[in-house]
Parts: sequence; C-alpha cells; structure tokens
Amino acid sequence: MNRPDPDRLLEQARRHEARRHRGRLKIFFGSAAGVGKTYAMLLAAKQLAREGRDVVVGFVETHGRAETQAQLQGLELLPLASKTLRGGLRHEFDLDAALLRNPDLILVDELAHTNLTGSRHPKRWQDIQELLDSGIDVYTTLNVQHLESLHEDVGRFAGIRVWETVPDTVFESADEVELVDLPPDELLARLREGKVYPPLKAERALRHFFRKGNLIALRELALRRTAERVDAQMQDYRQENAIHEVWNVGERILVCLGPTPQAERLVRAAKRLAASLHANWFAIYVETPALQSLTADRRDQVLKALRLAERLGADTATLSSPNMGDAILQFAHEHNINKLVLGKPSRKGWRRWFLGSVVDTLMSQAKGVNFYLLGDDGKPVLHTPAETGYPDKKPEKTHGNLLSGIAAALLLTALDWPFRAFLVPSNILLVYLLGVFFTAIRFGLWPSILAAFSSAALFAFFFAPPIFSFEIADQENLVGLLVMLVVASVSSKQAENVRTQARIASLRERRTSALYRLSKELAEARLENEIIEIGVRHIHAEFGGRNTFLFPQRNGILGYPKYPPLDISFRGADLGVARWAFNNRRSAGAGTDTLPSESGIYIPLIGSSGPIGVLALQAVNWRRIFLPEQRRLLDTFVNQIVHTLERAALAEQAKEATLKIQAETLRNSLLSSISHDLRTPLATIVGAAGALENDSGLNDANRQKLVRAIHEEAQRMSDLTIKILDMAKFEAGEVKLNRQWYAAEEIIGSALHRLRGKLQKREVGVDITDNQALIYVDAVLLQQVLINLLDNADKYTPEGEPIDISVKSTALGLCIAVADRGPGVAEEFRQKIFQKFFRIHPESAQSGAGLGLSICRAIVEAHGGEINVNPRGGGGAVFQLQLPLSPQPPILPPEST
Amino acid sequence: MKTRPSLLLIEDDPQFRLLLTTTLGHHNFIIHAAENALDALELMRSKPPNLLVLDLGLPDIDGQDLIRRLRKRTDLPIIVLSARNQEMDITQALDSGADDYLTKPFSNAELLSRINALLRRAGKAPGGVLEIFQSGELKIELTKRRVFVGTREIHLTPLEFKLLATLAHNAGFVVTHRQLLEKVWGAAFIEHNHYLRIYMGQLRHKLENDPARPRYLLTEPGVGYRLHEEGNAWT
Repeated sequence: MNRPDPDRLLEQARRHEARRHRGRLKIFFGSAAGVGKTYAMLLAAKQLAREGRDVVVGFVETHGRAETQAQLQGLELLPLASKTLRGGLRHEFDLDAALLRNPDLILVDELAHTNLTGSRHPKRWQDIQELLDSGIDVYTTLNVQHLESLHEDVGRFAGIRVWETVPDTVFESADEVELVDLPPDELLARLREGKVYPPLKAERALRHFFRKGNLIALRELALRRTAERVDAQMQDYRQENAIHEVWNVGERILVCLGPTPQAERLVRAAKRLAASLHANWFAIYVETPALQSLTADRRDQVLKALRLAERLGADTATLSSPNMGDAILQFAHEHNINKLVLGKPSRKGWRRWFLGSVVDTLMSQAKGVNFYLLGDDGKPVLHTPAETGYPDKKPEKTHGNLLSGIAAALLLTALDWPFRAFLVPSNILLVYLLGVFFTAIRFGLWPSILAAFSSAALFAFFFAPPIFSFEIADQENLVGLLVMLVVASVSSKQAENVRTQARIASLRERRTSALYRLSKELAEARLENEIIEIGVRHIHAEFGGRNTFLFPQRNGILGYPKYPPLDISFRGADLGVARWAFNNRRSAGAGTDTLPSESGIYIPLIGSSGPIGVLALQAVNWRRIFLPEQRRLLDTFVNQIVHTLERAALAEQAKEATLKIQAETLRNSLLSSISHDLRTPLATIVGAAGALENDSGLNDANRQKLVRAIHEEAQRMSDLTIKILDMAKFEAGEVKLNRQWYAAEEIIGSALHRLRGKLQKREVGVDITDNQALIYVDAVLLQQVLINLLDNADKYTPEGEPIDISVKSTALGLCIAVADRGPGVAEEFRQKIFQKFFRIHPESAQSGAGLGLSICRAIVEAHGGEINVNPRGGGGAVFQLQLPLSPQPPILPPEST
Repeated sequence: MKTRPSLLLIEDDPQFRLLLTTTLGHHNFIIHAAENALDALELMRSKPPNLLVLDLGLPDIDGQDLIRRLRKRTDLPIIVLSARNQEMDITQALDSGADDYLTKPFSNAELLSRINALLRRAGKAPGGVLEIFQSGELKIELTKRRVFVGTREIHLTPLEFKLLATLAHNAGFVVTHRQLLEKVWGAAFIEHNHYLRIYMGQLRHKLENDPARPRYLLTEPGVGYRLHEEGNAWT
C-alpha cells in the first residue's frame, strides 16, 4: 500500500502550478483583537520594503493605536474609496485602485471584514482572492473566531454573535500563517493600559468578550488551528518527499442533511471532523417525495446548508429518491464513504419503534462505515446573516381544493339518499370510501381527509339510525365508521404519495425533455446565430427571464451578438459584471458571491481553451434558477451551448482552411496558365515585329503574313486579358449586377452582332417562342455569356454545320440553349468544364485559358440561375442557361394608336 | 473637301498617341496631340480643331469633367476612347455631351469611319430641314410621318414613330437610354428603361426581317441604341 494515490499527486502538482501564477497569501492569525496582528504585519512589511520590494498598504485599521500608527510611517498608503451610505461618508478598501497600482505586496487588514453594500464583492476575503488571482502577494490579519467552522463554537462559549466569517478554504489555502500570540494576562494588561481600545470601549470589552476565560479558550482554539495547519504541512511534506511510513488511509466523510434547523450545525461538525482527519468530505441532500412537498422556506434552509458546505470545502449533491436510506447507502458505496455524519433521529418513542427511522435503517444495513450522530441541542445559538430569500409563488393551497372534499361527501350523500332503502349501511360506507379515495387522487391529502370526516358526519346524520341525528345507535355502524376513517386516512396518504411521486417524476421528465429538446435543436444548428438563437430561446423557456449571450468583440470588449435580438433577448446587461465573470471564469451577479445585488446572473461560457463569452440571464424567477437541480440543469444547458458553439467555430475554421488551400491552388494554376497563354502570342508578336523592323530582305507577301500574325496574336491576347480581368472582378466580388428589363431576343441579337465577323459563314438558327417576354438581367454580362458560348460553339462545330439558339419559357423561368454539332462533352467532364482553368485537352491549340465557361457560370449564378451542358441528339452539345423567373415584369400603359 | 480637317487628340499614353497621329495623319488629317487636359485646353484656343478624340483616363482632369467643360464653350464633335467594360463611364460621357465612343482595342478603320461620319454630320447646314431618311430598304418620311420597308408601308404608333425619328436624327451614332427616354417620354421617365425595351422590340418586329439579327436597329448593350445608316441617308 505504499503507492501514492495518483489523485493526490495530481492535486499537488495543480497546487504548485496555481501557486506559481498566483500571489502568495500570508495571514497573521491571532486569538483576539489587540494581540498585535496588525503591528506584526506592518513590521514584516517594512522589513520587505527595506529589502526593496514594492509594498503598498491597501487598508489598515489602526483603531487609533499609537504603536501601530507609528509603524505606518514610511509605507505607501493606497487612497481609500469613499462612499456615501445612509447619509454618512464611509471609507472602504479600493480594490480597483489596488489592481491598477499592481504592487508586489499589498497589506489588507481584517480578512473577515464585510464590504459596504454595492461593492464588487460582499466580503473582503473575495477582494483578496482577486488580488491573489492577479498575481499580487497579500498580507492580511484574522482572528480565530471569524473562521467559518469555529465561529459557532466561539459564539457558544463567548456568548456573542459573530457576523463576519471567512471560509476555512481561504485559511487553508493561505501560503503562510503566522500565529501572533499573546498570553491572556498580557493582553488584559494592554487593554487596561488603553493600548487596545479607547478607555470607554475597553471597559465594556473587559466585561464581555475579554473575560479571561474567553481569552484562554480563544487562545487554545487559535493554537489548535495553527497546530492542525502545521500538521497538514507535515503531511504534505511527507508526501512530497515520499515518506511512506505513516500512510494516511484516505478518509471519506459523508454528511446527510435534512430540512432541519440543525443542518448547518451538521455541516460544521462534519467540516471539523474532516479537517482533523484530513479527509475528503461530501454533503448530500436526499429529496424524497415527502420532502419535495415542503414549504419553500424549509427547502431554502437545505439550500443554504448545502452552500455553506460548499464554502467549507465539501463536494455537494442533491439526490432524488423515494427512499432516503437507499439513496444514502448507494452514494456512500459509490464514493467509498467510511464515515457518516447524521442528525439524531427526529422520530422518538413509539413512532420510531413503529415507523422506523432512516438512522436505524442505515446503521443496520451499512457495513464498514462509522457513524457520528449529532445531538439535537435545540435551536442553534448562532445564525449567519440571512441570505437573500428566494421569492417565489407558494404552491397554491386553495380553499377550493378543501371545499371539494366537502362537496364530494355531499354529492355522495345525495346520490345514496334515494337508495337508502336498498342499501345496508356498510355498502354506503364503501361508497363514501370510494369518494374519499378519488378525492385523494384528484385533490391531495387534506381535501381527502376532510372528505373522510365529512363523510363520517354525513353518514352518522343521514344513514346511521337514528336518522337526522349524529348519534349512532348500532355498534356495527360505529365500528364500520371508525374503520372507514382509518382506511380513508391511510389510503389518502398513499394516494398523496402517488401524486407527489408522479409530480416529481414529471418534473424530472420535464427537465430531461427540456435538455433533450435543446440537444436536438443544437445538433441541427450549423451557424453561430442559429445556436445563439436556440440557446436564448431554450434558456428563456426553462429558466424564465430575458437572457443574452455576450461575446468578446474584435477590440476584446464584451458585447451583444451582432445578430438582431429576439423579443426575449436581454438588453441592458451590466457589461462590467459580465467582464468580471469572463475574466475570472466564475459566475457573478444575483445568487452568487460577487455583486449579488445585481438583477441578473452572469455565467461564463468556458470552452476547451478558456472562456468564450458570458451568458447574462435576468433572475426573474429565483427558484427556477437557483434550486440545485435547476442550477445543474442550467450548467448543462450552458455546456451544451458552449460545445455546439465551439463545434461550429471549428467547422468554420476548417472550411476557411480548405478555401485558403483552394485559393492557393487556384492562384498557382492561374499563374502558370497566364504565363503560358500570354507568352505564346507575345513571342509571335515580338518575333514578327523584330523581323519587320530589321529584315530588309523580306518580300511584300511575307511582310503581309507577319503583319497578319501580329494582328491575330494581339487579338488573342486581348481576348484572354479581358477574360482574366472579368474573372478577377468576379473573384474580388466587384461585379454588381446592373439589372434591367430586357427581351432575350435583343440580347441574343446584340451578341450575334458582336460576333458577326466570326459567324459570317455560319448558319445560326434562332428560335424564340415568346419574343416579347422580358427578363430582369444585366444585359452586358448576359451578352458576354452568349458570346462565350457562341464562340465555343463556332470553334468546335465543323464548317458548314449550323449552330442553333433557342429560348423557351418554362415553369422554372427562362431557358436559353446554344446547341452545336461539335464533338460533345463526355459525361465525366460535364461538371468540370465550368471550373476555372479546366481544359479537356490542355495542350490543344484550339482551347483558350479555360476561363470562358467559368465566367459564364459565375455570371449565370450571380443572376440566381444555372448553367449546364447536355449531349445533343444527333451529335454535339447543348449548353443551357436556366434563368429564374423574374419578380414582376412591368406592365406598360397601353398606347392609343 | 477643300481644307484638311484638323483633329485634336487627347491621349496620355505616348505609344498610342504616336500610333494615332501616324495613321490618322496618313489619312489626310491635321493632328494636334495633347497628353493632358490642360495642354488640350491650351491647344483648343491656339489651334481650333474640327473634331476632338478624347481618352477618358487622363492624368490631370477627369475625362467626364473635361467633356462637360468643353461642351460649355463648343459644339465640336467629340469621340470618346475608353478601356473595355466601362459601360457606365461611356453612358455618362455620352450623356455629358460626347457624340460617339470606341472601346480599346479598336481598329483604325473603325475610328476613321466614325470620324468621317461625325465630320459629315457637322458639315451639314444646321438650319436645313431634314425630310426623308433612307437606309437600305427602310424609308422614313418625317413630316408625313410615314414609314416604309421596301414598298410596304408600316403602321407605327405615335410613340414608336417618335422613337424611330429620334434615332434617325442621330443615325449612325449611339443614343443613350437616358437621352431616348427623355426625348420620347419626357424627363420623368428616365428610370423606366423597360418602356424603351418594349417599344424597341415592337419596332424591330415591324421593321426588321429577322428581329433577332437586326439590320437597322442595333443594340449597344448597357449604353443605348444606334440606327444603322447605309451611305448618306438624309435627303
């Protein structure tokens, strides 16, 4: 068993890693005010300042003590933030100024201090966490009674209420804790001398908190806590240095919470146990059907206890199960729990004997688990300040439901009344029982119990002799009535259970199906705006309130998506809070520890490589957002959305990369094509011109030939240049269609006119079915398409064979076809032929640069149309352009003739 | 031709200037060449020409501006030279007052025929009333408002006739869409391009043998229309 637990090693590595970037926290820890923590802190800081480190005093409370004030001399003091609160001017540590100043080391007194309302964080220890996060070392001070896990104990023996607490995790994660110790007698002496408080205040303090007994107890607590820390450091040291002799078997503690006032005490007890055993600990709450029907206040109590446990370093979970014992056992088994902390059973005496208790069940069934039962000492002495309540609509306990119980009984009475002669009383009782049962199923427990009792009364009055009196003469009827009442009560309870189970099941089902619907829609989404829209819609549907996603803009500042907002989109989010959540990767705003007075909650969207944005959600309905199950569902929603966004972004990147490669390839083939197709005619021109200039021996006929060659080659270069320029314009997206209404006939006519030289000897058939139909096109570009097609047709069609142009109106639009009698286009080339620089016979002298048809396609597609090539019956090819139906051909006012 | 007509060539490319001065000079024209607009304006004063050949892309003043400036002081015919695929530029130049255009590259023969046509039109008496237009088989009697193809009289609507007459007055030269719409339908209709298309289609069907391969009514895509003139058509 000497192998170190890999999890622990990882944890060690993680802590080292985190520490390298984080600032170091040193706590000057003492048992009470006046022992000299601040003084010791200032002394240490001055030493460092003398050594040349950049030390700043962020906030120091001198309480007017002369010695302490003297130590402040020579240290840089950061100005305080001032706020006007309740009429008075109040000062507070200025976190932003400190972050801006960014010193090596900052002194911030009183770790447990509660910030003024409206500050970024409610507590000073959160300010300090942020300082540490940004790499600033911090010195601070803390009294033992402010530790979360101890403050209750201190409160009990010292008899004071301590409002300001610090989570134990903060204390434990401190890099250094220096105990500032002063024996109680000396402290009391200092107090009497007025060195701690001014005389009047000192007098009061001596009588209350500063009793010697208190001071001794506090000192012991402080020493013990420090010793525990030293012990823990020793453990770490042993592990880091592979000293295995005393190997600590991993203790795992589970505390089970219920909706009882002792829940918080259970949490603290478990924490102390876990701390002394250096154990991992868990806090769970099992929600049984019965517990689900509790009032909101009591459920909130559980929520609060769970959050406390989280702050104290526990892993928390809420389980849903009809049987509390089973759920706890299963959880304990799955997590290798070996210590279980429970409250003492609430059922006592015969009820515990008769109905059993969860504690008894667990004790008899769990194996290899130690139990810690916490006694019920009545009301807890201390309260943490009340957390923000969760306003919500109470489940409607309507009087209508209760009345329906009575109504059911009355109705049955009315039904039975005519048949009283035929029915024996036991039959009538059975009918009543049936009514009670249905009432239970339909309206729940209390209406059905009311129904049972009103049924009993009505039975006694109307059916049990003597009639019209509540007396019951017959003993048989009396027994029957009592049995009915018992049966009715028990079955009502059962029916009620069935009802709640069904309700819980349907709630769970609703969550599952909400998640399923979200996943399903997300799976189909491809574009960022679709994903955002789906996310906003589903979060609104499930959690209420407007919401929005905020993403870093190009300048790095968070902003709203650039898509038009939905009517449920949240506008007016606090971008400052959002930025905080984004930078710190923690939720902020309502219901969190950071700026809880905000009306919205801001949840960072953490992707695989850091935060990608923030969800801002208006916390309209607190219960729908902050119940543990709902909070988990919200996290799952956010994760799903983040993953989908990342997936979309990756797909987009992949697409861009492919496009880039394609563009690269294109550029290369363009260069090789241009260099070939331009150089060849250029060679002829340069050569021929040179010969004309220098070779005086040429006869007239040869000169003529050379001149014609120059002319033809120049024409060829001109055509090619035009095509390359056209293509480049299309590629650059510079082509704007100048669409106007034209008759196809006119465009064909002008194309033919342009080619009249080339087509002089060629018979060209034109067949236009509807010669007055107008199309909405860019005439110059469409003419270019026709010129390219006719030019090709002429090139490939043998002399003497005709070319045919036809124009037809179809259901899809207008179809223009150019048919030739050339060699045709083989099946495999019919798509490729429209690609840039594609040539069927690359070396053929006949072909151009392979741009003509790709220009045609670009033009036709810019018009929203299609171009394709098909074989022609009897040999040859047909190039067809399909132009979509134009919106509305204009109508001309008729002209009188 | 009693005196040799003089041309002012405004072109910034030296090679192209050289080519045109050489070839046109060979055809009995007196050529003055300017490489920018300022020189051109100077030459206009010192050696008044009969016709201007103007490249739109000039180094100092925008060609369009220059046309507008020239039109303020002279009615001299102007031929615009332009790089290809700039129909917008050409249309604008024509609307600003240029008389005809050619896109580079073009053949010498083409330039010569345009120059001659313009000089011919400018040489006519401005006050003379034109009565009969005859080009090939097409005959238009302007005052009688009658149109014949061969011997067959063609019935035209008033607007069709107005359109044809406008083209006939500028026979051989391109008339922009805007100019036609303004003349025939009025200034309020210059955006209604489709009026023109439909009437032009109707005219072609009435006057042309094969409307898909027109002989008289030619389209200059993106710019305007030109009525083909065979020989000296006006009498």
